This record gives sequence, C-alpha cells and structure tokens, in this order.
Amino acid sequence: MGIRFVLMVNKQGQTRLAQYYEYLTLEERRALEGEIVRKCLARTEQQCSFVEHRNYKIVYRRYASLFFLVGVDNDENELAILEFIHLLVETMDRHFGNVCELDIMFHLEKAHFMLEEMVMNGCIVETSKSNILAPIQLMDKAS
Amino acid sequence: MAGTSIMDSLFQRTLEDLIKGLRLQLVGESAFVSKALEEIRREIKSTDPHTKSTALQKLTYLNSLHGVDMSWAAFHAVEVTSSARFHHKKIGYLAGLAVVPLRHRRNPPHHQPAPQGPHRRQRVRAIATILKIFSKYPDAVRVCFKRLVENLESSDLQTASAAVGVFCELTAKDPKSYLPLAPEFYRILVDSRNNWVLIKVLKIFAKLAPLEPRLAKRIVEPICEHMRRTGAKSLIFECIWTIVTSLSEYESAMKLAAANIREFLVDDDPNLKYLGLQALLVVAPKHLWVVLENKEVVIKSLSDVDYNIKLEALRLVMAMVSEDNVAEICRVLVNYALKSDPEFCNEILGSILSTCCSNVYEIISDFDWYVSLLGEISRIPHCQKGEEIESQLIDIGMRVKDGRPELIRVGRDLLIDPALLGNPFLHRILSAAAWVSGEYVKFSKNPFELVEALLQPRTSLLPPSIRAVYIQSVLKVLTFCVHSYLLPIEAVASSSSCSVDLEPGVTDSVSGTECPESTDSPTCEALADSEQGEGFNPRALNQSIEDLSTENGADTIVTHGQISSSYSFKKDCFTPGSIASLFDLIETSLGPLSGSHEVEIQERVRNVLGLIGLIQGEIRGCLVPKEGNIEKKELKASEVITMMHDAFSEDLGPVPLSAQEKVPIPDGIVLKENLSDLEEVCGDIQFPTSSLFSLGRPHSGERDGVAPFKSQNKEESEPSTESTSLLAEHRKRHGLYYLPSEKKDIISNDYPPANDHKLQDNVNDDAEDLVKLTEQSFLTKKKPNQARPRPVVVKLDEGDEVPIAAKRPESRDDLISGAVRDVLLGNEVMPSSSRSNPSDKSSSKRRGKEKINIDQPSELKEDLANVVKSELGNPNSRRSKHRTRGKERKHRSPGKNGEEREENGQDKQKSSHRHARVTWNHHLGKAAENLNYKAPCNILFWTLRVASVGRAFNALELAYIYNISRKMKQIDESSYLQAWVCISRTSNAF
Repeated sequence: MGIRFVLMVNKQGQTRLAQYYEYLTLEERRALEGEIVRKCLARTEQQCSFVEHRNYKIVYRRYASLFFLVGVDNDENELAILEFIHLLVETMDRHFGNVCELDIMFHLEKAHFMLEEMVMNGCIVETSKSNILAPIQLMDKAS
Repeated sequence: MAGTSIMDSLFQRTLEDLIKGLRLQLVGESAFVSKALEEIRREIKSTDPHTKSTALQKLTYLNSLHGVDMSWAAFHAVEVTSSARFHHKKIGYLAGLAVVPLRHRRNPPHHQPAPQGPHRRQRVRAIATILKIFSKYPDAVRVCFKRLVENLESSDLQTASAAVGVFCELTAKDPKSYLPLAPEFYRILVDSRNNWVLIKVLKIFAKLAPLEPRLAKRIVEPICEHMRRTGAKSLIFECIWTIVTSLSEYESAMKLAAANIREFLVDDDPNLKYLGLQALLVVAPKHLWVVLENKEVVIKSLSDVDYNIKLEALRLVMAMVSEDNVAEICRVLVNYALKSDPEFCNEILGSILSTCCSNVYEIISDFDWYVSLLGEISRIPHCQKGEEIESQLIDIGMRVKDGRPELIRVGRDLLIDPALLGNPFLHRILSAAAWVSGEYVKFSKNPFELVEALLQPRTSLLPPSIRAVYIQSVLKVLTFCVHSYLLPIEAVASSSSCSVDLEPGVTDSVSGTECPESTDSPTCEALADSEQGEGFNPRALNQSIEDLSTENGADTIVTHGQISSSYSFKKDCFTPGSIASLFDLIETSLGPLSGSHEVEIQERVRNVLGLIGLIQGEIRGCLVPKEGNIEKKELKASEVITMMHDAFSEDLGPVPLSAQEKVPIPDGIVLKENLSDLEEVCGDIQFPTSSLFSLGRPHSGERDGVAPFKSQNKEESEPSTESTSLLAEHRKRHGLYYLPSEKKDIISNDYPPANDHKLQDNVNDDAEDLVKLTEQSFLTKKKPNQARPRPVVVKLDEGDEVPIAAKRPESRDDLISGAVRDVLLGNEVMPSSSRSNPSDKSSSKRRGKEKINIDQPSELKEDLANVVKSELGNPNSRRSKHRTRGKERKHRSPGKNGEEREENGQDKQKSSHRHARVTWNHHLGKAAENLNYKAPCNILFWTLRVASVGRAFNALELAYIYNISRKMKQIDESSYLQAWVCISRTSNAF
C-alpha cells in the first residue's frame, strides 16, 4: 500500500491535517497520533528523520512550526518519501504563496484536495505541481 | 420554526469563526468543541441550504481534526449534495467523503487538462484502487488483469507509474506469479527516467531476481548504470538496497554499492547515515569486508546524538564480532555503556549478552575472561539485565568445568559487596552468584568468607525466594567445610562402610531446631564481633573488607585471625576453632529466621540448623585435638556429612528439552489410557490452594534425609547410589529454580548506589582512541598463539533451541496469485480454479443487476437472492421480514429453552452479515465489470472509489444503498455520482 497516513502537526502537537489510507476508528486515530507526535517531536534537528513505530516506519520533516509526518510500510524508500513531503510543501507554497500553518487551518479542504491529487489509496499517483493544482484552480473559479 | 431558521442563518458562526474560536481556546478545547457541536446539531436541521451547508462544513472540520463522530449526519450530507449551488454541493461532497475530496461533475470538459485527454486522471485513479479490489475480490483479477498489464506500457507517465505501483505491491506478496511480466518491467527499468517509477521497478526486481538467475544477470548492468548516472539520493539508495538484498553475488555491483554506502555514511545528513548503516547491516552476513572497511564510522556512530543511529551502529558492531575480537569489542562496548544513558546502556549490554551466548557460547574461548566480564557488567550502574546474566552464570557453571574457579571468584566478589544488595536489579544476579558459590564451593579459596557473605545482615533486603537460595548455599558450604575438616584426605569409599543407625540422630536434630535460641553463641569470637559491628554500621564492614582486600591483593584470602595466601594453606584453615565459629555464625544469623513466615526460608533454615544440631555435639566434643583423624572418621557426624557431601558433589549438567522423551518406559508398566475414573476417586478431595504445600513438600527435607540412611543400613557394603540420587533430587527441588522470584519493594538504601566508583574509571571519551584501540582487533587475523585451548563446553547435540514451526496461514493472496497465474499463462477458461467452492455461475450472472457474486453455500444463495429482490422492491421490507421470521421461529418453538433463542439471535446476526458480504461482492463485481466495459470514466472512478473504502456494509447502509441504486436507473450521471458518493461515505462512517 505504500503510504498509510499523512499527518500535519504543529510544534505544540496539535493535529492540523490528518489523512489515513487504511481504516482506523476515531479512537485508534487519536491514540496513534498521540504516540507518534510524542515520539517525533522529542527529536532534535541533528537526529535522522526516520522513526520505527509498531510495524511501520514514520518519515517526518519539519517546516517552520509544522511537522509533516508520513507513515509508510517498512519496505518503502525513506528518501523518496522525504521528497514527496517536500513536493507537497512546494505545491502548497505555490498555491498559497509562502504557505504557513494558518493557510492550512483555514483552507483545510484545499490541502486535502492537493493531497488527494497526489496520493491515491496509499500510492503516489501525481507528481506534477501544475497537474495537482489544476482542479483546485478550477474550483476556485467555479465558486 | 421559520423564525429560528432566520436567526440561525443571521447569527450563525462560519467555519472561519469556529477556527478562530478554537485558536483562542488554550484550555478547555473539548468544552468548546462540544458546544460548537451542539450548535451544529441545531443548525444542520435548518431548511435553509446555506445554514445547513455551513453547519456541515464545520462538522466536517471538527471530524477531521478533532475526531468528532459525524456518522449521524450522513443524511444531511446527501441532502446538501443535492443543492443546486455548486458551493453547497462541494461542501456536501466533502462531508460525504469525510474530507476525501472528489472530482465534481460540473466541470465543463474543456476545463480538463488538455494534453492527457479526459480519461487519463480517472484511469490513474482506477489503477490505484485496483489493489483493494483484488484483495477483496480475487476473481476481479480474471476480469481486468490484462488491462492492468496494458497500462504498464502506456505512453502516459502517470498511468504507467500507477500500474507499476500496483505491481510493486502485488509482487511483494507473491513474486513468483509475476515473473512472466519481467520483460515489461525490464523495459521500464531501462527506458524510464522518472525516479519514482524506477524506485518501484527496482523494488519489483529485488523480489524477482532471486527467483531467476538469468534475470539477475540482465538487470545488474542497468541498475549500476542508474547508480552512476543519477544524482537523486533516493534512487541511489534504492539501487544499493536492490543490490545488497538480491544481487550481492555480483562483485562489480557490490563494489559500486559499497562505494555508495560509504558516501552515505560519511555524509553529514543523519538521514543518509542512518540508511547507510541499515544497508551495511544487510550486507554484513555475506560481505563483511564492506563493514570492516567502514568500521571507524560505525564505531563513531555509537556515540551519535541520535538513538536510532546508535542502535544501528550497535547492531553492526555485533555483526563484526568473531572469536578473535570478541574481547576487544566487548571492552569498547562496556566503556560506551558506562557513559551512555540507561536505555542505550541496557541495549548495549543486552546485545553483548545475546551475542556471546549465541549457539552455546560459540565465540567465547576464554571463559575466565567472559565470566569476569559478566561480573563487571553486573556492576554497571544502569544494568537491568539481571535475568540474562543470572541464567548465563548458571549455564556456564553447568556447561564449562574449567570456568568454575573463575565463576566462584566472580561470585564471591559480588556476594561480598553489601552495597549490591540494595539494588533490586542485581538480585537475580546475586541469586546466581549464591547458587554458584554453594554448588562449586570446592573451588573457593575461602569458604568461611563465603558463609559470611551469604549471611550478612543486608541479605534481609533480598526477596524471600532469593534468600532461600542463599540459605541453601550456606548449607552446601557448611557441608563442604565440615567434610573438609573431618576428612581432610578424600576417603569417601572407606567412610561409607561404617554402619551406624542414624535415625535417632535425625529426630534429635529435628527437635533441636525447635529451640534454636538455646544454642546461643557461647564462644563469641572475632566472627560474631564483626557480625555485630556490621549490624550497627554496615559501612564499616564494607570498608574493612575492601581495605583488607586491597591491602593483600585480590588473591589473598582474608579470614578473621587467619590469613592464608595460597591454596596450599587451605587445608589448614579448617581448624576446630574455625569450624566452631562457623557453627556459631550460622546459628546466630539463621536462628531468628527459623520462625520466618516465608516457608521457603523457614524450611531451609531448619535444614541447616538441623544439620548443625546433628553434628555439632560430636564435633565440638572432639574439638580438643587429642585424638587423631582416625577417630574423627568414626563419628556419626562424619557419616552424615559424607553422605551430604556426596550428594552435593554430583555434577549438575544441562538438560536438553527432549530429555524426557528419551527416558525409556520400564518393562511391565501399564499406563491407563483413560483417567476419567481418577475423577471419581479424587472428586471430593480439595487440594490445598498453595502450591508450596501440595504433595507433602514441607517435610520432604526430613523424609529425604531419612530414607537414604535406611537404605544404607540394608545394603551396607555398597556405596549408596540411591541415596545420593534421592538427595540430589531433593537438592534440585530446593535449588535455584524452585520459586519464581518476585521483586519486593526497595528498602531504603543507606549505601551509595552500587559501585558508583566505576563511573570514575577513566572512561575514554575520545572515539578516535577507541578506534585505534580496536584497530587491530577488527582485522580478521588469527591469533598467533592462543594461550590455551578452548575449554570444553558441554553442548547437547539437540534440543538446545526450540524449533519454531512457522506455518503460513492461507490467505487471499494465494487466491490472487492463482488468478494471476491463470491469466498470465492464458488458461482463462476456468475462472475459479483456485477456489474450493466454484462460483462459475458468477461470471454469467454478473451482468444481471439482481444477480449475486457469492461464495456461499448454495442453499443460502437462493434465500439471499430473494431477500435482495424484495429489498429492491421495498427497502424497508428486509427488516420487517427479518422480524417476522424471528417471530415465526419463536412461535414455533415456544416451549424451548433460552439456548434455542440465543441461537436464533446469532443466526439472525450471521445472516445480516452475509447480506452485507453478498451485496459487497456484488458491488465489487460491478466495479470490476465497469473497468472492463468502458463505462463512463467517472462512474468507473466512483465505483472503484467505493471499492477502495474496503469495508462491508451494515444493515442500515444497505438500506441506503438499495434506495439509491434504485434511483440510479432513472437519473442522470451526476446524480448517479452523488449517489455513489453517499454510498462511499456511509460505508466509511460506521
């Protein structure tokens, strides 16, 4: 399946975006987020961005005050996931212009649209920024 | 009603207000959320579409970030999607999929990205969902596998990429079935320049290459080419990974990979370093040279700031361990452990212990060194590996004869240190040390010292089970001392010829133990003095022992008033005076414990005191050395002691797991197959709850003691093998494994924490130096002359390890692979060859809407079909039908008991579950069909979308679905889509 979930969490550990590609109940999600956030936020800049958790890996990256955490299967390529995270940030940056935590908070649905364009059922299906943004621009026009 | 609606829409909080409000709430967020939820519940019922959609929007937000349940609003979501305004519709869709967005239908075609054509996006997404379909519905493979393969060759990059992704997942589960597709994958490997696709293809080849050597040969060069060409670290890493896991026998490729691993390792980026170490770990078993080339980096990484990197480095260091360098590596690691944080310290110690003991101490040749290392590890302040060290100490004692003298020395050092007793983590180790020093006391240079150590006042800090081991060891040491005193020349055989009836003596001893106070230390010697001093100021004794030992050096033996510096003097130390003081010491220290509430302690104490009571009269009587050794031998006491000593001196060895099977069944024994009549005999017997008392255990000590004497009286001339075996058994039962140890509360410790001074040992902080230190040892040179041959390690030919039979459960993967193989090999005639229950009808039935794809027993099929049909007519009828059916049954069996009714209920549940499964399969079948029959792309997409949610529906959902699918026939495509959104949503919500 590749990617299992994508989380965006701020420095205080509050979830800003959560997208799961496997079915988990709300309680399971909350528990999972708590565990992961505790594990990852305690790490420093000098430490590597990969954490083993339960039976999968978490690849994370910090941009300003926001942590991007991606849970992947064990045989997934960590560096490729880091590149994916960077692509996601760049895409949001292009759309919002110097994206910050507030942009994601107030335009959650757009962030989800982008993610949905990029990842389908845990597989990365789109890596071109203009392709990712095209439907969102259409929607902006329509509404 | 209308009024409230207007009020609602006027003063309604928008999503933005909600977010802002949430941001202001630093504490009590949940209260705010529940208040907002209350508002939403009210607003969402509004008839005004704007109010309703805003409420829904807020709810969606809360659901996605604050985990608020929104399944109750499923209907509202559907309502909002039917709004005429796009904005509302959008919110509805969003809510409908619980933040999974959608491609709405209202986009005019010309808005679609031009170059790829309108179907491209949908196809990509269809491919991405296909995996879920396959896993839920293996028959789908037969329908659409060919098209999936075609997509591999698609000129469109995204399509091919998605297809490769699917195959990557499929191959991971069962590589063999996909070997026929290797040419397609190879083309992508050579032609593609998209890193993501290449990574996925490499993953596929990593699985395929080991299966087909010719394939491996073909792909080596392209992979190396990619590695040289690309600058992307992710692709390089994937190439490395493929080579080290699957192509490690190709030398040139390995060299290239090794060079790249090295680059990763020396990079400043901790990510690359971590991955490099991981790759090294994979390489290590086959190509140790790569690891050795990078040993400096590995050792330096042990002190990295990142715990993960340290852990990988540790694993690698352990992979480098061999017989020649184990001592040096362990030295380095112990130094690291000393300055590490507790967690990593224990990680290091754990890996040292497990590496050294693997395969029955395969890599250890110098057990003296290893045993002293164990002693040293025990004293590391953070050490929590008590259990492992305990079992290894005992194991080495049993397996390695030559290691015993050192074991005794290490055990003595541990036992004698009163500070260690305060550390609960060390208790297990101390227990092993106590057992060892009792069992192998003959190697001890000073047994009296051992007794003192075993009886020191701070042993009260130990849990009872371990204290019992201590006391048992005292018994062994006592036996040894008295035996050595009475029979300085080993004369076991001659002594056993004496025939004395000892029974009255034994009973005497039992009665004697009842008043232990009576034998209150009459000759208060230095021993008792020090004992008291210890009681008042434990630190003083500690001090004095340490002082003395440092003064006299490690090898000298310290006793009160007697200092003998060599083994040859040992015999002389068993003087009448020392034996008497030994008795006194034991009686004073153990006397108070004979009334202990812990049965284990109490019983053992009584054993010891009983033995003393039995022998001390005679021994004290002849303490005045006017008579020679000859008379000593004739004492009753010598008889007893010889017997005890014989029993204790029999070697205990390791026992293989299969030992019991090897015991032959004696001739003439008739084992009853059926033990049911035992129940009748013992049915009313209440066994005592405490397992300690069962089977007459408490008195077995005396009994076992008596029996051998009797037997010996009968067979006078023969050395008593039976008695020894009985005693040995007794001892085993009293031995170390008797009680599970339990941790007691830590008693306040007025000592410094165990061996803090160790920390101040000049630990070398500089990694550089450590590298130098180990530089030579890591080279795989042979030691020129080994000081001495490796001692014999008792190794059982079998049964040292438990064989684990891993049985792979049969799964749906097998079904998929079966289908895939069928498709690839071209035999599509039989669609369901892999199934036990052929559903060959399904393919013909699939087109009809009411027809079902099921793998249910056929008698059920009919029933279900009926139900489904009736539902299509009237969505509510299903439930009512169920109810009536249930009622009918109840009426039919009014007199039956509750069991029947329960069964009835279960049945109902089951059947509703089956309905869910049936319809689910039905929809999956539709989805697969759509893929094949070029249905409008959006329908296709949404069908797949639903399938990807991947859950069976519950009864309520089914009602929705049938309601909706009924409408579908008449309505236009966009409504059809909406309906599917709704289905998808409901299947996700519950």
